[in-house]
Amino acid sequence: MARKTPEVNASSTADIAFLLLVFFLVTTTMDVDSGIYRKLPPIPENQDIKNAPKSKPRNVLLVRINYTNLLQVGGNQMDISRLKDKVKEFITNPNDDKNLSEKKFKDIPLLGRKAVSKGVVSLQSDVGTSYEMYIKVQDVLATAFVELKDEVSMANWGKTFADLNEEQQEAIKKLVPTAVSEAEPKKMGGK
Amino acid sequence: MAKFKKDGGKETPAISTASLPDIVFMLLFFFMVSTTMREVELKVSNKLPQAVQVTKLEKKSLVSTIYVGKPKAQFQKNFGTEPVIQMNDQISSVSAVGSFIASEREARKEEDRNKMTVSLKADAATKMGIVTDIKQELRKASALKISYSVRKEVK
Repeated sequence: MARKTPEVNASSTADIAFLLLVFFLVTTTMDVDSGIYRKLPPIPENQDIKNAPKSKPRNVLLVRINYTNLLQVGGNQMDISRLKDKVKEFITNPNDDKNLSEKKFKDIPLLGRKAVSKGVVSLQSDVGTSYEMYIKVQDVLATAFVELKDEVSMANWGKTFADLNEEQQEAIKKLVPTAVSEAEPKKMGGK
Repeated sequence: MAKFKKDGGKETPAISTASLPDIVFMLLFFFMVSTTMREVELKVSNKLPQAVQVTKLEKKSLVSTIYVGKPKAQFQKNFGTEPVIQMNDQISSVSAVGSFIASEREARKEEDRNKMTVSLKADAATKMGIVTDIKQELRKASALKISYSVRKEVK
């Protein structure tokens, strides 16, 4: 008969595991990096900014934040709570108003020929503008475009944008591009 | 019923701890999966602003982080109280952003270099002046993908 092998003492495994656990608890963090994703415009190759393609004034909604964190939208002072609706109205232009953005017909996969707004929201901030306010405005702009995308998705497929498949999402992105431009910094007022 | 009679005098058996390592290992794996390594020691105060529309940054390895904020109390003697920039482990100036991006790009694999994203972690109390300067430097370094790091607002 084979001799019985003595059992290996496993009581220290727990200690080893605890050590590892404590090490990971100390050296790692839980927070997931999340943020508002934007693409910066590349620096124009020829330093001449005057030659850069310009949009027509009616296609640009100028959003400016001054150093006291006041908001000016298209020339008028406005409270941040009204900005979202203003942006949505500017982009969709439901009554074909001459002062709001133009539309251009484009062929879009899955959807056919549709009117795409040529409107761009241009965001300008001052040296003294607080970052918190800037992010708030960026957030409102992002919300406006997400809601626009959702509305279009609902109208076409009866689902929200997030529930669409990848191909459909691409189509919607072409139909409602997130058109937020961060303007060339300009010195205005402040110090 | 003699069968069920307790035979007295016997010691109570010790509780088996054989499953304890398994439980601890389970905890360990949970933490290994759900957390990320702490990379740098923060030298600036960093209270991120809040926002609703956030996207998660995927592919941690492609993200370089720039911190902006007031220096913490123990560094204020050297760097003052105005918001400064921290990259990697040290406080530096706006002009160093270009070389930081260049070195970060060097550290990535060649095919990943144009997928690099810069995560800008700026304190809510920062003024836009310094942020705009950083953005201009990033454009010059053609690091155009940027993410303004925020805390997700719970409604």
